[in-house]
Amino acid sequence: MNLQNIINEIEKVDPEVYEKLDGRRRAMKEFARFSGKVALASLPIALGSMFKKSYGQTPGSGLITDTLNFALTLEYIEYNFYIKGVATAGLIPAGPELTALTTIRDHENAHVNFLKIAITALGATPVSFTAAQFDFTAHGAFPTVFSDYDTFLAVAQTFEDTGVRAYKGQATNLMANNDILTAALKIHSVEGRHASHIRQMRKARGANVKPWITLKDSGIGPAVQASYDGEDLTTQAGVNVAGINGFAITAIAASEAFDEPLSKAQVTTIVTPFFA
Amino acid sequence: MPTKNSSEKDLVAVSDGKIQSVSRRKFLGYIGGASALMVTAAACKKDPNTNDSGVDLGSADIGILNYAYALEQIEAAFYTKVFDSPYSGISTTESALLADIRDHEIAHREFFKTALAAKAIPALTLDFSSINFSSRDSVLMAAKAFEDLGVTAYNGAGKLIVNPDYLVLAGKIVSVEARHAAYIRDLLSNGSFADNTALDANALDMARTPSEVLMIAGPFVKTKINASNLPTS
Repeated sequence: MNLQNIINEIEKVDPEVYEKLDGRRRAMKEFARFSGKVALASLPIALGSMFKKSYGQTPGSGLITDTLNFALTLEYIEYNFYIKGVATAGLIPAGPELTALTTIRDHENAHVNFLKIAITALGATPVSFTAAQFDFTAHGAFPTVFSDYDTFLAVAQTFEDTGVRAYKGQATNLMANNDILTAALKIHSVEGRHASHIRQMRKARGANVKPWITLKDSGIGPAVQASYDGEDLTTQAGVNVAGINGFAITAIAASEAFDEPLSKAQVTTIVTPFFA
Repeated sequence: MPTKNSSEKDLVAVSDGKIQSVSRRKFLGYIGGASALMVTAAACKKDPNTNDSGVDLGSADIGILNYAYALEQIEAAFYTKVFDSPYSGISTTESALLADIRDHEIAHREFFKTALAAKAIPALTLDFSSINFSSRDSVLMAAKAFEDLGVTAYNGAGKLIVNPDYLVLAGKIVSVEARHAAYIRDLLSNGSFADNTALDANALDMARTPSEVLMIAGPFVKTKINASNLPTS
């Protein structure tokens, strides 16, 4: 079913749909502007904005746009981190490693742009950050982040794993808008893919990590422990997963099989040192 | 990065000022063309009626949990077989991490079985005869398909869930499936962890409806599954 069919369906119950949509030249121009800039996948959100303007406010949109701005803040951190890493001569080995980190940088950029458009489409103002607002040494905790490749990868892993946990923790705040919830879930799983790859890159360089999070081990050190605390959970919804139903599922496997959410407050505490 | 197809170029042209001169219906036609590939599930409640006999997944949240349980049954059984008859040339690391994935999928399957208790669907009869378990490529291609499918299935199911606790649970599992997917993809081709066969132009993963997922999983499941009572929006 395409947009024409949707509008035809609405026309059946609201014969004035064309007037409501078309009578508002500003709304239509705005939609055309979004459509020109945004690839197909985000059209439902731009479309939602057009209908919202004609049919009124969506309940809970303040919570939703606040949540999206929180997500956008995290994406800005990641994007600026990879911009600087990729641009730092001699940091990342040329070849598959530079290619992978450039790909991840571009994904974070796409997420920034996607969230900005979604927030604007919902009638709110996206947050904005410049490179100068970040300090990726975390005020001295990682002084060699842009001179030592292993430190750079360790911080990258922490950002990706934290991103996964942060999106997971915000999902329930987006339940009032199915399009937004689905979009956030789609970003959430991409962060999981990134985390998996960066962990493999670290393992190839000798770090004791797997593509998934084992217990609450960071494989990095105490400086990032807050990003991993709580990941060692082995009981889900009251069900003890270790040894479940007689299967040889260890506590390690039980903890790896489920990633755990972080609250907005927990994530804020984790990322605050990365702001200048 | 996003590439514009011809329909999007039309829309750019519209945004450059031609909107003044195109008729209302023609303008809507433009957008309709651009959106033809987009399935707006919320507006399409008439899913194909699968109202035949078979294992009924159930309705509402229980139906979605049973749907997830069915998918985890497939994955767990697949990796159990991979580990029981390892492909030729399997490395120590691959063997260890594939055993991890098997254990994660068994943990997911048994979790759903236990949580659903009396409401759980029975064990499905599965058919992996199309997979050559002695071939690394055959096994890893199947694994990639199952993991990517799992990611799109959970991503698509999120909005169908009513109870926030179940949404968080699905979230806890889907990111692990994404970690698996990226690992398997990198085993097949290093660097393909999130390439454009998995992600769209906005670097978003994809989502599939239960009917789309069950269609794809169909060849691996002998048991007839009745998904007609699942929520569709």
